Amino acid sequence: MPVIAAGTPAPEFTLRRADGTAFTRADLLGHRTLLVFYPFAFSPVCTDQLSLYEEVREDFAEHGLTLYGVSCDAGYSQTAFREQLGVTIEQLSDFEPKGAACEAFGVLHPAGFPQRALVLVGADGVVEWSYEGATPGELPGANLIFDALAA
Amino acid sequence: MIVYGDYECPFCAALEARLHALALRVAFRHFPVRSSHPRAHASACAAEAAGLQGAFWPFHDALFADQGRLEDPHLWDRAERLGLDVARFDADRRSEAVAARVREDFRGGLRAGVATTPTLFVDGHPHAGRPTPELWRSLGALEPPSG
Repeated sequence: MPVIAAGTPAPEFTLRRADGTAFTRADLLGHRTLLVFYPFAFSPVCTDQLSLYEEVREDFAEHGLTLYGVSCDAGYSQTAFREQLGVTIEQLSDFEPKGAACEAFGVLHPAGFPQRALVLVGADGVVEWSYEGATPGELPGANLIFDALAA
Repeated sequence: MIVYGDYECPFCAALEARLHALALRVAFRHFPVRSSHPRAHASACAAEAAGLQGAFWPFHDALFADQGRLEDPHLWDRAERLGLDVARFDADRRSEAVAARVREDFRGGLRAGVATTPTLFVDGHPHAGRPTPELWRSLGALEPPSG
């Protein structure tokens, strides 16, 4: 299943924040959200990707955009990853049932991890734009996000 | 050829060493990502400050030649060894004008789709990460700049 397409309402899903509380579709409503799906915490490409987005966090905020990193890693691993990188982007865990939210967004790789994908959800809960890298090793540049925001 | 890089990136230093051997005309653009490389931004500003005294490339080479020493005293030491006015260098590297210059490179890189260092643009085509053997072969085949 390909990544969820623009114009599609975001599916129902449950992810876990670092403190264990639920993050659901309702949390997407009322503001623009970018879900940054990445394969694994601590894998080298993800490291650069989140660091890069962190550099332009203020520019994203000017567009009213909030970013979240999403992977199937446990919340503790994500927190350790985030702290090591020194990034503030909140992490959401799709640990149990593993990959269910990734599956709902059409980004679950057959090998059990999220494809490297970006999903921009509008304040009304409808997907505005999505992008999936050709390979998990491809790193989507921040320019893609700014272009999507300006579209 | 344009290279987006940062002075704390080991792959950029390795690239730099190999590019030197090729006698290509290279434009270097700063792409410091602070959370990965805490001294990359300060080092980029230092190179630009050295550039205001006509010593951008010597300073640039000196940074890549010794990436283990990028703290402030090491930057002052490089400025001194290159015969720069160290007080002026130190004021310049903290100036808004220099920060703006580095920011401009970074933003330009973002707009061009740079997402990792090093990223090379050869004849306008991006090559992210460490160059492949194929790219090295094609670079070796390029004519050195004339004039």
